[in-house]
Amino acid sequence: MIQNDMSRRRLLGLGLGLGAAASLTLAGCGGGGDDSASGPAAGNGGKEYTGPKVDLKLWNGFTGGDGDIFKALVNQFNTEHQNIAVSVATYQWEDYYNKLPGAASSGNGPDIAVMHMDQLATFAARGVISELDDVAKNLELSEADFAPTVWQGGLYNNKRYGIPLDMHPLGFYYNKAVMQRAGLDPNKPPTTKDDFTAALVEFKKSGVQGFWISPFQFTGGMTFYSLLNQWGGTLFDADVAKATFNSDPAVEACTWLVDMIKQGHSPANVGQDAEYLAFKSGKNAFTFNGIWQINDLLKSPEVQWGVAPLPQIGSKPAAWANSHNFTIVKQRANNANKVSGAKVFINWLSQHSLDWAKGGQIPARKAVRESAEFKALPEISALAPELEYAAFPPATPGLGEVIKTFYDTFNVAALGKKTPKEALDEGVAKANKQLEENRKKYGS
Amino acid sequence: MADVIEVGAARGDAPPPAANAARRAASAGRTRRATPYLFLAPYLVLFGVFGLLPIVLGLWLSVHQWDFQLPNRPFVGLDNYKQLFSSDSAIYGDWWQSVRATAIFTVLSVPLLVVVPLGLALLLNRSFPGRTFFRAVYFAPYVLGVAVIGLLWRFLLDANLGLVNRLLGVVGLPSDTPWVTNMPWAWISLVGVTVWWTSGFNAVIYLAGLQDISPELYEAARVDGANAWQRFRNVTLPGLRPVLLFVITTTVLASANMFGQSFLITQGTPGTETRTVVWFIVEEGLRNNNAGRAAAMSIVFALLLAVVSIANFRLFRYRED
Repeated sequence: MIQNDMSRRRLLGLGLGLGAAASLTLAGCGGGGDDSASGPAAGNGGKEYTGPKVDLKLWNGFTGGDGDIFKALVNQFNTEHQNIAVSVATYQWEDYYNKLPGAASSGNGPDIAVMHMDQLATFAARGVISELDDVAKNLELSEADFAPTVWQGGLYNNKRYGIPLDMHPLGFYYNKAVMQRAGLDPNKPPTTKDDFTAALVEFKKSGVQGFWISPFQFTGGMTFYSLLNQWGGTLFDADVAKATFNSDPAVEACTWLVDMIKQGHSPANVGQDAEYLAFKSGKNAFTFNGIWQINDLLKSPEVQWGVAPLPQIGSKPAAWANSHNFTIVKQRANNANKVSGAKVFINWLSQHSLDWAKGGQIPARKAVRESAEFKALPEISALAPELEYAAFPPATPGLGEVIKTFYDTFNVAALGKKTPKEALDEGVAKANKQLEENRKKYGS
Repeated sequence: MADVIEVGAARGDAPPPAANAARRAASAGRTRRATPYLFLAPYLVLFGVFGLLPIVLGLWLSVHQWDFQLPNRPFVGLDNYKQLFSSDSAIYGDWWQSVRATAIFTVLSVPLLVVVPLGLALLLNRSFPGRTFFRAVYFAPYVLGVAVIGLLWRFLLDANLGLVNRLLGVVGLPSDTPWVTNMPWAWISLVGVTVWWTSGFNAVIYLAGLQDISPELYEAARVDGANAWQRFRNVTLPGLRPVLLFVITTTVLASANMFGQSFLITQGTPGTETRTVVWFIVEEGLRNNNAGRAAAMSIVFALLLAVVSIANFRLFRYRED
């Protein structure tokens, strides 16, 4: 029946995937176990490439407006480089991460893959991507060229697996029309806890619930993640051995958010994306959402809005962030020419990341960030200061499911099913079991 | 094959007629025995590759800790199964939560999906002006993909911005029902959307069944003085028995396999209470890369469904006696 059309297809996919995986191993070519694939760089290590013509496959998940900008950049690269031809394949991120390991181990994978920072460790531990320390060295890239938070995020077990392209943090969007109606200066968004809550009181007087708290990962969970860090809490201890998101600061941060609902600054039961739709239609005033919404808002001239770094609600500034990184995928057959071509491409695109910024991302490269052209993109560059205190998840393999537990925990608290303390305690108990399993599995 | 042998024989250096006839008879016997298998071969190959092999591989995966990217895929015996049944494993709570969610959805949705389409089919089987139009109207949602109906209803059912609550408010009913984020509303929404979406399919099957019942039976019943209910009870229902068996069995299996609706509309909310078994298996196998455990979960789930289906068949056979 069509009712479960999707589930059948997914199940079928699962069956085929498992079948493929098994037959690979039966045929004696289980991918990923072999380390010889990432050979030394040919030529002069990525500054330029003079060998025979190579065709490179690149996979990414840029399905929104950023996808067109990315393709245009790749086209420009191809016309400027006669002996390197990069072809781009785009998938939904979720499908992409499901597909990549199988494709790579069966020899049908890409040469270059774009990957979120929090996925690097998992894919590195599972042998899908290569170490890139020599790329960084040959291209003379160092921490000084990037923001330290982003640069260090590309490391796993002290080895580099990703060359950062950009960073996308959570930003603070404010609706100027609603601020004006409430008698607030629309060009002075609050930056402190006191100003922020004072503004909410004004909104309430003018009949607006100013700050909707979504129970979902997008964006309530990410807001909680930011505030937890602002309060000085962390998701995990330093060794990522134990979950710590039920610490006192975490409970306080969660309680502050849940109180927004109790005090009537947010309705209860906010649906997925409802906070953003309400923001666009002037039903609320403040929302914390990803930098990727800027381009959507720029296309909506009827909305009067501004964007700023997250206000400091806790004891220090912090914001949820993630970063796109370039990685080189391990191949079953080593081809040094392809690897050098890929390095040239990564370096070139990194230097041209100003154009990428127009897709709604903060370039990771410092020189680009400090250029006048970047500053001429006022909305995007307004969030650049967050780079210094961006809160990235730790580089430990298999954290995806644990972080899902964290977001589910917040969901239960925000929906009022449990008190923040109860919900977080339960979440931590589950997360600790998951962490222990991961340790056994990845042997770290 | 027989042709080839015959041609060969004909071209041969003329063996004695008697021997030739005997050989021909033997070859014909061989051909007769092979024929059914030749006809079955294409299906057997497909079934073997896409049915049997995955099942065998699934069984094999389920006794390993299996991540096909990791060099180390140890044999763990029945550990994956034990984890599903021992309350101190990391997976236990989530697994039984998903079984519970699936059971709730199945128990709530199957009776509606069996009865509502039957009523619809009875109505649409009468002749009245515009009948074809209404048949199309009730069948229409079924042609939409789950992604479409999922997004559509997520926005319609939004507690604060959705059209459903807005309309309820207009007629003076509560306008803040959390249709997709809280209990029991989330189940009501998921079941309601599913009934709206798939009733048309079962109704079409019923319609075909209804049209197979001989009009003479109704005439005879009428002559005997049976009223509408008696005609339904004694002619329509018995006539529909094989159709009902089919509808109930497939609907139970389809509801038990529900995934898309809760994935898109409630997104598992609140917490993971609407995360179904199939969703959890996909997540565990493909996202968390625990294929061995996902395989064990699939097998336990398949056994559960097999038991339900067998009980279903038994029930109907019993009634036939």
